[in-house]
Amino acid sequence: MKTARSRHLVSGAMIGLTYLAAILATLPLLLILTHLLRKGASSLSLAFFTHMPRPVGEPGGGMANAIVGTLVLIGIASVIGLPIGIGAGLYLAEKKSTPLASSVRFLSDVLNGLPSIVIGIFAWQFLVRPIGHFSALAGGVALGSMMIPLVTRTTEEMLLVVPTSLREAALALGYPRWRTSISIVLRTALAGIVTGALVAVARIAGETAPLLFTAFGNQFWSTSLREPIAALPLQIFNYAISPYDEWHRQAWAGALVLITIVLIISIAARFATRSRFGAPVD
Amino acid sequence: MTALPAHWLDKDRRELRLKESAASDRIYELLTTACALVVPALVVSIAVAIFAAAWPAFAKLGLSIVTSSNWDVAGGHFGAAPAVFGTLVSSAVALVIATPLAIGVAIFLSEFSPVWLRQPVGFLVDLLAAIPSVVYGLWGIFVLIPLLREHVMPFLRDTLHLGATPFFSGPAYGPSMLAAGVILAIMALPYISAVSREVLMAVPRSQREAALALGATRWEMIRDAVIPYARSGIIGGIMLGLGRALGETMAVTMLIGNRPEISASLLAPGYTMASLIANEFSEATNDLHLSALMAVGAVLFIITLIVNAVARWLVWSVARSRAQ
Repeated sequence: MKTARSRHLVSGAMIGLTYLAAILATLPLLLILTHLLRKGASSLSLAFFTHMPRPVGEPGGGMANAIVGTLVLIGIASVIGLPIGIGAGLYLAEKKSTPLASSVRFLSDVLNGLPSIVIGIFAWQFLVRPIGHFSALAGGVALGSMMIPLVTRTTEEMLLVVPTSLREAALALGYPRWRTSISIVLRTALAGIVTGALVAVARIAGETAPLLFTAFGNQFWSTSLREPIAALPLQIFNYAISPYDEWHRQAWAGALVLITIVLIISIAARFATRSRFGAPVD
Repeated sequence: MTALPAHWLDKDRRELRLKESAASDRIYELLTTACALVVPALVVSIAVAIFAAAWPAFAKLGLSIVTSSNWDVAGGHFGAAPAVFGTLVSSAVALVIATPLAIGVAIFLSEFSPVWLRQPVGFLVDLLAAIPSVVYGLWGIFVLIPLLREHVMPFLRDTLHLGATPFFSGPAYGPSMLAAGVILAIMALPYISAVSREVLMAVPRSQREAALALGATRWEMIRDAVIPYARSGIIGGIMLGLGRALGETMAVTMLIGNRPEISASLLAPGYTMASLIANEFSEATNDLHLSALMAVGAVLFIITLIVNAVARWLVWSVARSRAQ
């Protein structure tokens, strides 16, 4: 029989361990952010945003093309991912328990967990291989496909928070169902849906693996959807694994820019919903 | 007599409006259904694309793609067993490190954290999921690997004398299974802890109060009353983390050393399925090589599909039992 004293000691020790776990779990993030700030800030300059990459050996240069490329890719992905995702979310919120709804819900979750490299292979097989060359469009489609399940699920979740009484009131006033959905229900949940969209954009903005098969990267200035396009994550990857110090510095600077974009979007997402709903959604 | 036509007119209008709204409702329904159908269509297209691309290799090489460890591009041998091995081992290392930490954080946040710490700590852990994998890779190359090579690996091997076991023997190169495992642990942690926290918070108060009333200490309450209640949800969370780790590409490619050999030592470089595809895709010389890479992708697809489906099912079963 254990004494009460030893049981309380064990309890205290285990609770202490959960505190330790909390410290250890937040440590990597703080370490990564401080290293990024320290190494990235010293390599960052205005030229980084306005100049093109220079060949090995020439100091200076920037990633203007990669920054624009990433924005183009995010744009294409959003044009594909947001409307389809929101539409599917509306369907799930309105047809809660049809067989199609449950399977769409399940498949969205499964799709969310698929490795991004698999999505890259999918876009490559359908959009790169038949055409014969890499393209920004294929990259955008790959990223957009990753956004669809994310946006679908957050939209549905946000729409379910809207009280049924609101929908019923609109219908009782003679609003057609589609107008009730769009201008009452969707509007009420707008902040939450914006959050979902932002989280999805933050998630795909830093994706690299699918772009290896699709956008491919480009050392030159290009905004054409039919040509290969540069992207910040790809450029960071190529520079990080290169043997040149100058390129390593550029990689750190690029990573700082990328993480700043991603963190700003993530934090904005957090605050977009905080004011309206109790718990933020991830 | 003038009121009557107005009334008729009104009625006509009303009918017209009803008809119009019925038609637009129909269009609205079609549109949202079409959007919903995109999701299953996407899953099917991904499966079709990947198996179409992999087919030539499967037809020619059969299962030797996953069972043979001879990867010789020039000789036309494509056995990716070392990559399959590396994927499983690096993910296992990641789970061994991440699971206790993630569950510890989840317990801390759901039970013990002071209220003012709950939001910020939860947010910081969640943010780990927002960091792009290429940034993890960059940090891994220039910070984590030197740290492991100069301090952690010698400590494990020599100070703790783990070098006597095959798992920590051999020279410490830096890029290694261990480095990949550690970075994967950091990356999987937010997924496991988010799901665990959610299921722990869903455990009814009465469950906790009953345990405390029976004289349990706070830890005994967690161990005997809270965790068993949340168990399958936590396992689901761990499997979601596993799914992430199995398919993670960039960070692993940058840290694992990319050597297609099976070694028991965690200090030795290795390879994973995803990093094999990412590395060799752009330099694939012939169609069979390309197709073999896609076949590796197909195997990865099947494994992660199963892991994710089981994980979702487990998390859902908790949600359903809670609803009843």
